Amino acid sequence: MTTTSSSRSAGAPRDSERLEEPLARETEAIRQMTFAEAINDALDLALASDPNVFLLGEDIADPPGGVVRLTRGLSTKYGTHRVRATPISEQAILGTAVGAALGGMRPVAEIMLMDFMTLVMDQVVNHAAKHRYMSGGTSHLPLTIRTRIGHRRGAQHSSSTEAWFMHTPGIKVCAPATADDAKGLLLSCIMDDDPCLFLEPTPMVRRRQRSPVPTGDYRVPIGAAAVPREGSDVSIITFGQTVPDALEAAEAVNADGISAEVVDLRSLVPLDRATVLSSVAKTRRAVVTHASARFAGPGAEISSIIHEELFGDLARPVRRLAGAFTPVPFAESLERVHGPNATTMADAIREVMQ
Amino acid sequence: MGTADMDVGARGLSGGALRDIYHTMLTVRLAEERFMRGLSRGEFPGFYFPAQGMEAAAAGVMAALRPDDYYITTYRCLADVVAKGVPLPEVFGELLGRATGTSRGKGGTMHIADAEHGLMLTTGIVGSGTPIANGLALSAQLRGEDRVTGVSFGDGATSTGALHEALNLASLWELPVIFVCHNNLWGEFTHVHASTKTQRLAERAAPFKIPGVTVDGTDLFEVHAAAVAAVERARQGGGPTFLEVVAPRVLGHSFGDMGEYMDQAAVVQARANDPIPKLGSWLVDHGHVGSDDLDAMAEEVAGEVEQALTFALNSEMLPPDELLTDVFAPGVDTPR
Repeated sequence: MTTTSSSRSAGAPRDSERLEEPLARETEAIRQMTFAEAINDALDLALASDPNVFLLGEDIADPPGGVVRLTRGLSTKYGTHRVRATPISEQAILGTAVGAALGGMRPVAEIMLMDFMTLVMDQVVNHAAKHRYMSGGTSHLPLTIRTRIGHRRGAQHSSSTEAWFMHTPGIKVCAPATADDAKGLLLSCIMDDDPCLFLEPTPMVRRRQRSPVPTGDYRVPIGAAAVPREGSDVSIITFGQTVPDALEAAEAVNADGISAEVVDLRSLVPLDRATVLSSVAKTRRAVVTHASARFAGPGAEISSIIHEELFGDLARPVRRLAGAFTPVPFAESLERVHGPNATTMADAIREVMQ
Repeated sequence: MGTADMDVGARGLSGGALRDIYHTMLTVRLAEERFMRGLSRGEFPGFYFPAQGMEAAAAGVMAALRPDDYYITTYRCLADVVAKGVPLPEVFGELLGRATGTSRGKGGTMHIADAEHGLMLTTGIVGSGTPIANGLALSAQLRGEDRVTGVSFGDGATSTGALHEALNLASLWELPVIFVCHNNLWGEFTHVHASTKTQRLAERAAPFKIPGVTVDGTDLFEVHAAAVAAVERARQGGGPTFLEVVAPRVLGHSFGDMGEYMDQAAVVQARANDPIPKLGSWLVDHGHVGSDDLDAMAEEVAGEVEQALTFALNSEMLPPDELLTDVFAPGVDTPR
């Protein structure tokens, strides 16, 4: 007989005490990393630090180490028992993650693209998200789902449907825009005691540019927005793949004498209402922008919160600038006008400044 | 006691174990009857999916498992839940939505979960427990533990994609899972023969290179022997088994469904093949108990059931300020 648990009862996973403990490597220094390297670094660190962490997903083992090589080297380093390539079988992947989390592990499941989340909605929505509540808080599921958005490969390989999950009680949603946030948020998701959905925009994953990322155990708290650019006239509120466009737009309108502040939400659930509201309370104008559909999109909720809380203080109604209510088109001519970009954002800013 | 070596029982089960199993089966039956009587009388509101006829199917499998083995079941769950060892007062508490329930009343009839007793979750989604069972089994495998995972699902689940994905992965990764198909011949209001051309549902396992076994689910000994073989195989690293236990449904899909669409002659026949008197007669015939003992046990169990129900009915429901708790870990700001 091999090892059995010390207790004969099956036992529930406990809210982790590990969260209080530092991971093996302390933050020592800053290193230049791409967005992709930062994700790989977070996974590497989590695997090294916690024997309960394991990864599963299609093609994630070496070779190739992920279809876009995000997990390259990890199965070689930690073994294919901890970095598990799966069949193309999304319900099995997510169900396994749910069950493993129920058994006390910290699984990190990769669903290649967000469009494929349609295949796992039952496991994510009915099981992962609802379990803590349905069990009256007696057990919970510390699992992370990584998936890519904005892949630009036509209607079934490009979608951003984060609003579905924002509308699902029990799952946290994180959408980093920078390499350091990607690392810090992913580590927070993996060590979090709730199910977390972690969105990786393909354009950022493909970027060769490096930026400073703290080495070692670096975490960005879930539910805390960032303000990468301060301004006084208008707030641009966005997240994920549209953050660079928002920064570019803010720079562009600066030439017109407009001081634009950029709020990068980083997490959609929980949502950092305080940062959003304090920014807009200051600027009295807001443009909420994202790549996913405008109709019933994340911006609808954010805009509504601003109107409810700051109605009397607003100089202008909140402007929402987001994706068209269409499947993502393939033709470059259509794809270019499907979602917002720096130019349309700058136009929206000028409009609310009138 | 001095009777230990005489207490031979049958097929690896001691007389004591058999009496315990009978007690469990009777508890399930009397608890179910009492709960449905309460619903009929309007004693309390609720809904319920009867498990009558499945008592041996559940008790036989659970008797093959250890307390620390994991189990996942589906909404027709009372027999599995009680047989896995979840205390009846807490089960009733959950069926009635009370704070003393296994999930403090937040789960309900279809969501009994009691990790302390290895009943890890109950799903209301047909087929969906099977890939989750793989994950539990994988967690044990990764930690080098020898605990196994059982998962129950109905005949209806054998037509879901979730089960097929789960079987494939369990086979590929040689996971210690027992896939227990409770074939009660009915998927809601549709007979199994109107759902699939597969006559023996255990055949579903064959393409995945998983052994598929079919047993009479009303025969405790048959169920238990098959479960023991499956559990041993899984525990020793031999991988999953598909165990089909056939136990015809004798009541409607849910409380209030009179089952008028069911072949009444077949129902009468199934009722006559009741697993509880079948085991009871065997125990008497083989001298493990006297028929008076069975009567006494029935009285004792009825008392336990009444006590458990009274406990639940006297328990409070959660106060309204618990509405927003348990969505996320404590301390997380739940969106308003």
